[in-house]
Amino acid sequence: MSFAWVIMVAAAVLAALYTGNTGSLAQAAADGAGSAVSLGISLCGMICLWCGVMEVMKRAGLSGKLSRLLRPVLSLLFPSADGEAMDAVAANMSANLLGLGNAATPMGLIAAKRLQKLSGRGAAASDMFALLVVINTASLQLIPVTIAAVRAANGAAAPFDILPHVWVTSAASMAVAVFCAKLFARLGGTGR
Amino acid sequence: MMIALTVPLILLSVAAYGLYKRVDVFGALAEGAKKGLSVIYGIVPALIVLLTAISMLRASGAMDIATEALRPLCARIGIPPECVPLMIVRPFSGSGALAVGADIIIRHGADSVVGRTAAVMLGSTETTFYVLGLYCGAAGVSKSRYVLPAALLADITGFVTAALVVGKL
Repeated sequence: MSFAWVIMVAAAVLAALYTGNTGSLAQAAADGAGSAVSLGISLCGMICLWCGVMEVMKRAGLSGKLSRLLRPVLSLLFPSADGEAMDAVAANMSANLLGLGNAATPMGLIAAKRLQKLSGRGAAASDMFALLVVINTASLQLIPVTIAAVRAANGAAAPFDILPHVWVTSAASMAVAVFCAKLFARLGGTGR
Repeated sequence: MMIALTVPLILLSVAAYGLYKRVDVFGALAEGAKKGLSVIYGIVPALIVLLTAISMLRASGAMDIATEALRPLCARIGIPPECVPLMIVRPFSGSGALAVGADIIIRHGADSVVGRTAAVMLGSTETTFYVLGLYCGAAGVSKSRYVLPAALLADITGFVTAALVVGKL
């Protein structure tokens, strides 16, 4: 993260010198920091709500059922996850597939926290954490509703006819995501 | 109609099932929400750091330079050059990408190859940097190791596949 951050800021400064946008850079830094706080506030309610739903699912035994359903896939991907982590990962994946980004994020964050804690690796990303993040940065969503709405608003004959293309593309990027994560984990050689 | 009701129905059915299983539904919701607050507490500092850099990057014009630089390469591998700005913005900003994508769709038509490619790119990728920032913040990870390269490789695969699939199917 440190490396990526320095690269981004360095690129910004160099590009600003090149384009002559130097005047707007300081303001942009302030705006970015400020927007993070407002984003945090706008996310807060929804994250708390879905964490609450997750808690109800846990106590009612629903999340256990869900993760048993997805176990064949999940235990293959996350061999060192315990029950709690597995339940959260299962909820995260299901919400992602359904296109419920608002629900998928909190559940994914719970899973991330748990997986990272299990690994005992502190501030350095564990392999299971890395895999979860990479899966979430590739898109699992089966029905991209927002994009279909944009297409419909602009005269698409059949707004949902891009679905097969989206599935093929998502599958390809997901395959590369999982493959890269597993490969880099093996190359890196440092544990779970 | 059904899609609009998905979230309310999930809330209702989880709560109803909890009630049936004799769970203290209200208490559990509040207890979970309390845990959510501690998640947010971890996320916001990470987002502040990350969004500062992203905001500077956007204001500097670096993305326009990258767009111009990538155009010829993309044309060669069969990605419509009109979609390059979308590919550059996509990992950094969800709302920005939607705006750029919608603009492409409006200008070139929803059923054109360019418009369809933009739609598929939008529908099959995520806001990588934002997701990374959220997850690292929540889990207290500051050394992300190979996560970013792996995620970006997956994004690039998505963009190239989108162009290929729309062109061929």
